Amino acid sequence: MANLKQLSELEGFFTPGHRMCAGCVAPVVVRQVAMAAGDTPVVVANATGCLEVASTIFPYTAWRCSWIHNAFENTAATLSGVETAYRALKKQGKINKDIKFIAFGGDGGTYDIGLQSLSGAMERGHNMVYICYDNGAYMNTGIQRSSATPQFADTTTSPAGKVIPGKVQWRKDLTAIMAAHNIPYVAQVAPSHFNDLIAKVQKALAVDGPAFINALAPCPRGWRYDTREGVEMTRLAVETCYWPLYEVENGEWRLTYKPREKKPLVEWLKKQGRFRHLFTEENKPLLEEFQQRVDREWEKLLKRCGEA
Amino acid sequence: MQERIALTGNEAMALAMKQINPDVVAAYPITPQTEIVQIFSDYVANGRVKTEFITVESEHSAMSATVGAASSGVRAMTATSSQGLALMWEVVYIAASNRLPIVMPVVNRALSGPINIHGDHSDTMGARDSGWIQIYSENTQEAYDNLIQAVRIAEHPDVLLPVMVMMDGFIISHAMENLFILSDQDVQKFVGEFKPHRPSLLDVDNPVTVGPLALYDYYMEFKRQQAEAMRGAKPVILEVAKEYAELTGRKYGLFDAYKLDDADLAIVVLSSTAGTARYVVDELREKGIKAGLLKLRVFRPFPYEELAQVLADRKAIAVMDRADSYSAFGGPLFTEVRSAMYDAKKRPPIVNYIYGLGGRDVNLDHIRKVYNDLVEIARTGEVTQLVNYLGVRE
Repeated sequence: MANLKQLSELEGFFTPGHRMCAGCVAPVVVRQVAMAAGDTPVVVANATGCLEVASTIFPYTAWRCSWIHNAFENTAATLSGVETAYRALKKQGKINKDIKFIAFGGDGGTYDIGLQSLSGAMERGHNMVYICYDNGAYMNTGIQRSSATPQFADTTTSPAGKVIPGKVQWRKDLTAIMAAHNIPYVAQVAPSHFNDLIAKVQKALAVDGPAFINALAPCPRGWRYDTREGVEMTRLAVETCYWPLYEVENGEWRLTYKPREKKPLVEWLKKQGRFRHLFTEENKPLLEEFQQRVDREWEKLLKRCGEA
Repeated sequence: MQERIALTGNEAMALAMKQINPDVVAAYPITPQTEIVQIFSDYVANGRVKTEFITVESEHSAMSATVGAASSGVRAMTATSSQGLALMWEVVYIAASNRLPIVMPVVNRALSGPINIHGDHSDTMGARDSGWIQIYSENTQEAYDNLIQAVRIAEHPDVLLPVMVMMDGFIISHAMENLFILSDQDVQKFVGEFKPHRPSLLDVDNPVTVGPLALYDYYMEFKRQQAEAMRGAKPVILEVAKEYAELTGRKYGLFDAYKLDDADLAIVVLSSTAGTARYVVDELREKGIKAGLLKLRVFRPFPYEELAQVLADRKAIAVMDRADSYSAFGGPLFTEVRSAMYDAKKRPPIVNYIYGLGGRDVNLDHIRKVYNDLVEIARTGEVTQLVNYLGVRE
């Protein structure tokens, strides 16, 4: 594995000339994926969302590779058409290059509105890597809750009010849902652990068939953290075991990183404005409930990975 | 060489698809289109086409995958009906905006609700402003011929727009008729090798950004070009028809005028109802009544000048719509024909009949009633009831 300095010198398929917000971690994820792809020719499909609107404002584009945006919920289906065209032309001997296919969608476009399209593409076995950049809400439209939003988070459609303390429900475990598709490769990543991320993307690109990667990609507007601390937000999510790093390779669950010492959840929560309302005397039980749920989920994962 | 065989509309469409032999088909079953997908799957399973078939999980994904494939330098097709087209809606517009020459048979079926599986034009009439070329077919022969011609129209460099080819659900899709078919080789020769006119995503050495964000500074130029492409489609449709006539002897235009030259009374109609109307025209002609018929083939682009020319000298016109637009001002065909007549030298009275919704039968008596009404309108020069509903319990 190359070191960070060497990696940062790679040009990659995503240029710095995009217009994502300062402190947004989505472009960091894309850059690391591009580093993992190296010189491999790729076609990227992008769901409607922050990454799409901020990277292709006509007549400009931040993409050095072939790139397609179709709509919000259909990225996986769109890319399955591209990948099928590739197979058709390959079979006919009209194309001989080896091309890889990568989809990027936010959590809204992946967990929610695009879940059917994604599930269909995975079930059909298209040779593609779908990467969800999970920032935990509909950030592009102004921070509305999605099924990826953490419980208790304050969003514009799950506001922390006098009677309801933010989002009521626990988040959907999309990574496990994708693992249940019995596809060759599924993984969860965070850009703070870039070697882990890059290794997983390379694995995903190498498998014959569909792969899914869930990448935590904090949003400074939605999470309300200091813009300098975007990647740190992902490190804390991993260290507190809110966002464990693991992979499911041909049905085998494996933890790829185990914190030496599990940090208390509050260390992650206290740096984010969306959880500020939890730090009052009356909401103390909610913080405890949150910690307990994270502990339970972590134990469950350890068991699945044969670590407990 | 042509062969005469008996096929249902769905069989004829599936056969035409096989002979076109597209690189990619992405489709989902829906009544009454299902047979097309089934028959085509059979061609794929038995190696009779080179097509890669994507068995998508919805029509939304069918159109999405077709857009992906068509953006990758291949010939791509799908097929649908009714709710399927409705589910595709969002991406139907994107396909046109991205100028992708996708060809899609649509077996017309009423839109819910109430849910209904039979033929009317509410599905494709709803898509009339989506930027697709729309060609309606009267029978199995026309469905077959139109689908083959649609490939050439869509892919013409002056056009580069998607084309939907319609036939009436069940009435045509499930009815066996004799038709002439071409050999696979002749169809292949006619449609030709696919030459991508758009940059392909798979040309990775020359990367392209497809489907960017265009705001108030560029969006309108995209739309203006789309409008121009639709304008450019008319001569291409005629040119392709001429070439097809040389190959098959079957002539197609923007519409088909039947005994219209000297007619006093004219009905304007789409698709299978034209057959019923033609029978009544002959019946009336025998009685010395100058009845005529205009069957519109191309609804998008709308041939307003040509229509006005052939309709101007009629004494009374009835436009029959197999869909309502709920504008409280008649069906879509009616309002457009009526608008086309505004600039005509003479403006004959025009009346609208909405009929056959949800597959309700339209028989000879219904058509006779329309011509009877036209006799009265021609005599008085007055339309008393602008919008009428035919064969309905009021």
